Amino acid sequence: MAVDASDLPDARGHFGPYGGQYVPETLMALLEDLEAAYREAKRDPEFWAELDRYLRDYVGRPTPLYFAERLTEELGGPKIYLKREDLAHTGAHKINHAMGQILLANRMGKTRIIAETGAGQHGVATATVAAMFGLKCEIYMGVEDMERQALNVFRMRLLGAKVTGVHSGSKTLKDAINEAIRDWVTNVEDTFYIFGSVLGPHPYPMIVRDFQRVIGVEARAQILEREGRLPDVLVACVGGGSNSIGLFHAFLDDANVQMIGVEAGGHGIASGEHAARFNGGDLGVLHGARIYVLQDDDGQIALTHSVSAGLDYSGVGPEHCYLRDMARTAYTYATDEEALSAFELLSHTEGIIPALESAHAIAHVCKLAPEMSREQIVVVNLSGRGDKDVQQAARFIEGVR
Amino acid sequence: MTRIRQRFEDLRKAGRTGFVAYITAGDPDLNTTHQVVLELDRQGVDVLELGVPFSDPLADGPVIQEASQRALAAGATLEGVLSMVADVRAETEIPIVLFTYYNPIHRYGVERFVKRAADVGVDGVLMLDLPPEEGGDYIARMNEYGLDTIFLMTPTTRDDRMKLIASHTRGFVYYVSRTGVTGERDSLADEIQSKVSAICQYTDMPIAVGFGISTPEHVSEIARYADAVVVGSAIVRRVGEYQNDVDLVSKVGAFVGSLIDPLREGV
Repeated sequence: MAVDASDLPDARGHFGPYGGQYVPETLMALLEDLEAAYREAKRDPEFWAELDRYLRDYVGRPTPLYFAERLTEELGGPKIYLKREDLAHTGAHKINHAMGQILLANRMGKTRIIAETGAGQHGVATATVAAMFGLKCEIYMGVEDMERQALNVFRMRLLGAKVTGVHSGSKTLKDAINEAIRDWVTNVEDTFYIFGSVLGPHPYPMIVRDFQRVIGVEARAQILEREGRLPDVLVACVGGGSNSIGLFHAFLDDANVQMIGVEAGGHGIASGEHAARFNGGDLGVLHGARIYVLQDDDGQIALTHSVSAGLDYSGVGPEHCYLRDMARTAYTYATDEEALSAFELLSHTEGIIPALESAHAIAHVCKLAPEMSREQIVVVNLSGRGDKDVQQAARFIEGVR
Repeated sequence: MTRIRQRFEDLRKAGRTGFVAYITAGDPDLNTTHQVVLELDRQGVDVLELGVPFSDPLADGPVIQEASQRALAAGATLEGVLSMVADVRAETEIPIVLFTYYNPIHRYGVERFVKRAADVGVDGVLMLDLPPEEGGDYIARMNEYGLDTIFLMTPTTRDDRMKLIASHTRGFVYYVSRTGVTGERDSLADEIQSKVSAICQYTDMPIAVGFGISTPEHVSEIARYADAVVVGSAIVRRVGEYQNDVDLVSKVGAFVGSLIDPLREGV
């Protein structure tokens, strides 16, 4: 089924009943200014020309669409293509929206950059573009994530960013977002908040999506050139949902292309220790948007679990919620153990170590492949590379055996 | 007329500036909160703001974050807070405002919440992360049940939004005197007086000023141009410090009394 998503969100930032601006009053004017600056930039061909230039010369776009021949043979089903966002500068798709947002920050005359980070990939991407433009940068990160992503903490500091550990709540991504928002409401004059996913209050889900859309635009052209037809299925992991919306968006009008988002199943849904918002979450309001949220009966935000820090978040972006209601996209989950098997499988068969986040998408392809024919085509978003996860994976894999 | 409006009317007639006290409900437990409410009433607090604890209080500084965590750890829930208000209402007529993030209300159900709040004797609600643009249903229900919807204005609120917020706020306007999160500060922000005058152009509602006010000197200063002074973190910090002290109630009461002293003669 096709969905006309070109005019979403509406003027107040709603995707159907989702999204919006549920924020303290101090932020309303800031969001209004951000939206005005973005709408002006969006109409300005110079802005996109500049962004394209940086994406090409600095980020290394377009990223390849790679036919994973040995993985295809191994699974014995459809042809599997990997969209290689892991080959983008800094090793993940996060650089796409970090670059777009910092150009916006420059247009607005902001001199200080802040961001939250979970796995550290968005923090690294933000620290990178801040270094490149010579702007001050502070990254908020839960102390639990700092421990499991120590390499990325070092990278951010090397890039000149201040990394501030967040000790409150679950000490992961949601708490880092709380702290970044607290910084933003305090430093309203000079600070630009580079948001790390298609989450948060309007206009962030729209802005981040527009900057990530390049993934699907490229992949669509690449698969048409390579195969002369569109893929049957797209698969991507979903934390907040930036890499998946980035891949999906350019295909929304292609009614025969099926889209599957893969959430973090953690220790399994029954265990209660997971981050599968569409499998156990309910409608709620978190970090400025009305979205699916894992919460308790009293409306307190639940703690989540995933082996992958980048998927370990209690809410999922509003546009995903909407596309799911429209039955345009579908969502499933992969457990920690399935993701780690896929992590090993892709490393062995293709010589590509995926991020643990992306390994969730590969894990689902492993389940999907036996039900599909050899003539069919699957495109998987390989959203990031796994160097950052090697220590964490080694500990876990040893633990299992 | 709600108890809030009646109290501001009485203050105006008496020529006094009001004192609004914030405490986190359920910190360190709901029984203690009940006793603290009665004590603050005895001390002369004009309006009581009861914070509903939330797991992710993104507009709050460390003091109220920690209070929320203590309250949640002690088992406070929205229903528990409402029941406590029902109990306390049997003993006092102090105007009570629930100060809350939206998700617990969204989860409870807006209409169910408003009805229950009206039943137990809540007078107004301040929804921290629900701007009027998103609050249509909430505002309609609150009006239907005769409760006051209190909205915030801040240093970043421009004239067009002042007008919008003024049209939806009932009871009083809460002016957040500085950008940033809740918490005590050594000095007051600049330009509070000019901003308060600006707000007066859009509304006849009383204006309460809060955020960062923590000493009797601050209270005296703000009282020169506001209709009420709000103190939160300075009180909540003391509740935290005295959480294992058998004299918590009287010690917190004495502190709040000292903050109100500059207002007793009429300012």
